[in-house]
Amino acid sequence: MAAKTLTIDGKQISADECATILEAAADAGITIPTLCHLEGVYDVGACRLCLVEVTGISKLLPACTTKVAEGMEIRTDTERLIRYRRMTLELLLAERNHVCAVCVANGHCELQTLAFNQGVDHVRYEYCFPKWEVDNSHALFGMDHNRCLLCTRCVRVCWHIEGAGTKNVSGRGAKARIISDLNQPWGTSDTCTKCGKCVMACPTGALFYKGSTNSEMERDRDKLEFIVTAREKKQWIA
Amino acid sequence: MSKRIVIDPVTRIEGHAKISIFLDDAGNVLDAEFHVVEFRGFEKFCEGRPFSEMPGITPRICGICPVSHLLASAKAGDAIMAVKIPPAADKLRRLMNLGQFIQSHALSFFHLSAPDLLLGWDTPPPQRNVFGLIASNTELARAGIRLRQFGQEIIEMLGGKKIHPAWAVPGGVRSALTNEGRAGIRAWLPEVYATSKIALDLFNKILESHKREIQIFGNFPSLFMGLVDAEGTWEHHGGKLRFVDSSGSVIADQLDPQKYYEFIGEAVQKSSYLKSPYYSPLGFPDGMYRVGPLARLNVSEQMGTPKAEAELKKFKKLGRGAVSSSFLYHYARLIEILASIERVEAALEDPELFSEDLRADAGINSSRGVGVSEAPRGTLFHDYTVDRGGLLTKVNLIVATGQNNLAMNQTVTQIARYYIRNHDVPEPLLNRIEHGIRCYDPCLSCSTHAVGQMPLQVRLIAPDGAVLKIINRGLGQS
Repeated sequence: MAAKTLTIDGKQISADECATILEAAADAGITIPTLCHLEGVYDVGACRLCLVEVTGISKLLPACTTKVAEGMEIRTDTERLIRYRRMTLELLLAERNHVCAVCVANGHCELQTLAFNQGVDHVRYEYCFPKWEVDNSHALFGMDHNRCLLCTRCVRVCWHIEGAGTKNVSGRGAKARIISDLNQPWGTSDTCTKCGKCVMACPTGALFYKGSTNSEMERDRDKLEFIVTAREKKQWIA
Repeated sequence: MSKRIVIDPVTRIEGHAKISIFLDDAGNVLDAEFHVVEFRGFEKFCEGRPFSEMPGITPRICGICPVSHLLASAKAGDAIMAVKIPPAADKLRRLMNLGQFIQSHALSFFHLSAPDLLLGWDTPPPQRNVFGLIASNTELARAGIRLRQFGQEIIEMLGGKKIHPAWAVPGGVRSALTNEGRAGIRAWLPEVYATSKIALDLFNKILESHKREIQIFGNFPSLFMGLVDAEGTWEHHGGKLRFVDSSGSVIADQLDPQKYYEFIGEAVQKSSYLKSPYYSPLGFPDGMYRVGPLARLNVSEQMGTPKAEAELKKFKKLGRGAVSSSFLYHYARLIEILASIERVEAALEDPELFSEDLRADAGINSSRGVGVSEAPRGTLFHDYTVDRGGLLTKVNLIVATGQNNLAMNQTVTQIARYYIRNHDVPEPLLNRIEHGIRCYDPCLSCSTHAVGQMPLQVRLIAPDGAVLKIINRGLGQS
């Protein structure tokens, strides 16, 4: 495959022509904040945290779904991007009910870590305080919509790694939510294989092992990547 | 002309409250009420949450006694899972509760009440606080503050942090004691024993110098309730409930705390967000009972540890039957500090505290679970009802300060009646009335589970309800 030459934050790099800006930046040791991106599944550009500036293009582009091109000049750390990232995180926090202190994912939450790293010490927007329920009908796992970002990681791992197709998104805008099968209690799902990949993929405390208490939800995402890599490289075929 | 006096806010207590004193035409006290003006609504907003999250949520009710809520909540969770937790987990929970008793009681005595007792009622408010105590009795204040630190460090060594540790969970606890933790706690023991002795010696002098206060600060007959073990020994986490009356006779014993609703009713009063529980066989308000250190010592036949036992014997001589003066809550608190230190020392010898078998696992086996534990201020009940998935459908929390509500009203009335004559209400007098409340070491954030403003107000109220005089004290005063 051909290589492309481009610059990210003034650093000249070369990247595979199929690579995304996010992958190219990672190879060059440049970290771009992400939230909906998950190693092992395809990207959807849902969270808008990885937006970057590309010279000559007026709108901002998501690094996770934009392919590199020859001669691209990319900036990942301009004042405008930093401002937007912070705003995005504040909007995410204001949209549902995130209460870190009593959350099962406290200390292990990607939203919390990102907000901390981006200096979100308060939220300037009015909180929506929507009334979302907890689905605790499943034998092993629980889903708290109050903590969901709609990153759709759970949907993607369910369809494309496990192949069960239990998880999906219903509704639009602020009313969108993750559902199981035909919008029924998770515990009544015929398709769920109880594999737990969705729980492993969730960046916040929205999906959790039942019975988890404060700060207890730690996830092992390497397992997802391990399965995908083993499949792609046919490591399990003798 | 008749009037109403309002003390708002009541200071040096945990939370926000006011006192209303109702005067008759001659300017003498008709009645007095203690109002808790906070409203928090924990019971409501916890509905819909998984019960397993409650030990993380309920400690947020209070920064002084989060451990009490943590333990009661975890116990309610044990009951929903219908498990018997590993013995090591029970012992570790007990150790943390003892740390909580020590730190909370030390705070009540040294930081909040000692300024009144040692500096005097008439000391000007700017000096009548812990800073005034530090200036005049430096060593004592330091010892008291360090005693509290000892209790806090026990909590931190087990739970990872001093305040709001999410360490006890339904089914057990998350981690055991470490060797460093044990060594750290042991190193404190000589110092805290010494502080406890200094405080008790000091209180023996206060018993002599405060005879009038013992007579009028909440000295009236009532029931007393607390946990005791099968032999009637002082309990703080486990055991069964016992009620004694003012003659000291046991009127009900070995009651199953999980079935509290069979013998405790809850009355709601218009003037306060506090619910007023009562012993239901005697009805309301005759079933008024007190909880907390005074009550626990009144229901206990023995303390179970030698040094505290010797003090209990002295304490029991202060009453005919039960010890009925709420002023002696202070004494009971100091005895409980000593008992807790002794129990901590004994617990450290137990190798089981290092066990790895700490957590029982189960699904939802009971739709209702009640967790009961003695908090520093009195018996604490967490009562949860869950659906099949373990989501809470009903939450009822009965806290110590609520149970002492009726007794606190009676205490402020008694003190106000003694001191207020002909509309004459000098400031130090208000402080005595407030101290009547401090005897109970009430925690109002707990009791209302609160959104309110900190400041105390005393209102003088006429028979027709007109407020004739409001005496306000702002923040920063004591």
